[in-house]
Amino acid sequence: MEIPKSFLGYKRENKRVGTRNHVVILPVDDISNACAEAVANNIKGTFAIPHAYGRLQFGADLELFFDTMIGTGKNPNVAACVVIGIEPKWTKRIVDAIATTGKPVEGFSIEGAGDIKTIMKASQKAQEFSQWASEKQREECPLSDLWISVKCGESDTTSGMAANPAVGNLMDKLEPLGVHLCFGETSELTGAEKVCATRGATPEASKKFMKTWSDYNDFILKEATNDLSESQPTAGNIAGGLTTIEEKAFGNFQKIGSRKFIDVLTPAEEPKKGPGLYFMDTSSAAGECLTLQAAAGFNIHLFPTGQGNIIGNAIEPVVKLTGNPSTAVNMKEHIDLDVSKILKREMNMDQAGDELIKTTIRAASGRLTCAEVLGHKEFIMTKLFRSA
Amino acid sequence: MAKTDIIIHDKKDNVGVVVIEKIAPKQECNCWVMENDGSVTIVSESEIPLGHKIAMIDFKEGDTILKYGHDIGKVVKPIKKGEHVHVHNVKTKKW
Repeated sequence: MEIPKSFLGYKRENKRVGTRNHVVILPVDDISNACAEAVANNIKGTFAIPHAYGRLQFGADLELFFDTMIGTGKNPNVAACVVIGIEPKWTKRIVDAIATTGKPVEGFSIEGAGDIKTIMKASQKAQEFSQWASEKQREECPLSDLWISVKCGESDTTSGMAANPAVGNLMDKLEPLGVHLCFGETSELTGAEKVCATRGATPEASKKFMKTWSDYNDFILKEATNDLSESQPTAGNIAGGLTTIEEKAFGNFQKIGSRKFIDVLTPAEEPKKGPGLYFMDTSSAAGECLTLQAAAGFNIHLFPTGQGNIIGNAIEPVVKLTGNPSTAVNMKEHIDLDVSKILKREMNMDQAGDELIKTTIRAASGRLTCAEVLGHKEFIMTKLFRSA
Repeated sequence: MAKTDIIIHDKKDNVGVVVIEKIAPKQECNCWVMENDGSVTIVSESEIPLGHKIAMIDFKEGDTILKYGHDIGKVVKPIKKGEHVHVHNVKTKKW
């Protein structure tokens, strides 16, 4: 197949391109959720992203909180953003950082004014943003404006045979076109970590990966009450035919095809070394991983599943594919692309990769994904340690 | 094209994965090698369910299982070609 050269996206003030045109009402902290949700309820064409944190965090955990909030606001899928917090200082820090993109953003703090007056003022601004954003048009953009993140979930043996290598095939075809790519899941690469390290494009990238993985493994060994053989692979994985953690990890690893990663990102860190594949240190929990990847600026997500994970994301459209024929039928409403024909040899990996490219471009150009239609807007903060 | 019963990821692999509901003992099975789009056949020795692995060669204790062209664990009990490969005869090298 000749790969299409372009997709239809929203060009932003900072030259990035959005696959969506969201107007987001972003609460800084848990107690501002009610106010943000009231504004989103008042003003059509906007939505709130409620979450559970933002109070009394400190140190590295607080920095990751700010990186996640700011990165979410800066993501090119967000056209404009209203930020609402209990007090002005942290609210302003987030507003000022989002404003560096040049997009419309305004902050409101509740302390001293109360919910009702804040809702009124923020609603007026949200109305202005919503109507402004509604006039934005999609324009033809090169595929190099796609920033694609990947993560798999509810994996079974079909994941390693079909859905994950289909993603790998897409990566092999799109990386040479200047696309940004990102995979994560530090914990679920255990067993394949040494081979994964050899995929660093430079000795520095390989070294950084091994340090990231070792730090994670040390943490597991410190916290675990026994080794992980009771939980990795899981009882469900074993029933499905996965024997060892190495086998599970190599199945996961199929997602990057034959690519090499150019850098290792900390959670939510924006890639700075240009187009290519990046590894991000993330949890293997889908909600957390996707939220971090979206905060790093990725604008579309590919999610291969075996048994049928149903995850979506607040700002990043999530394209789901499966190689499991039962999941493709029984959970049809969650599956954007069925690649189960691979198992019957009625589709090869090259064809599966091509189908996935087409599906990805359609979704990037505006076709709603299953997760979007079903209302999945997961936004899950990664918490490094307990608050003060 | 013959119906595929077993998929082998990489031509270096010494196990394949059953992709039909179940393989019966003494069944002649068609295997598809994904890496080079090749075909081989094997006669099974055990009943093996969907998603589970079959030995493509004879193994002795201490041998290494290769899947995706990589080491995925060690043999802890001898396995004959065509037999079921799983937690009863293979263990991780990780822990």
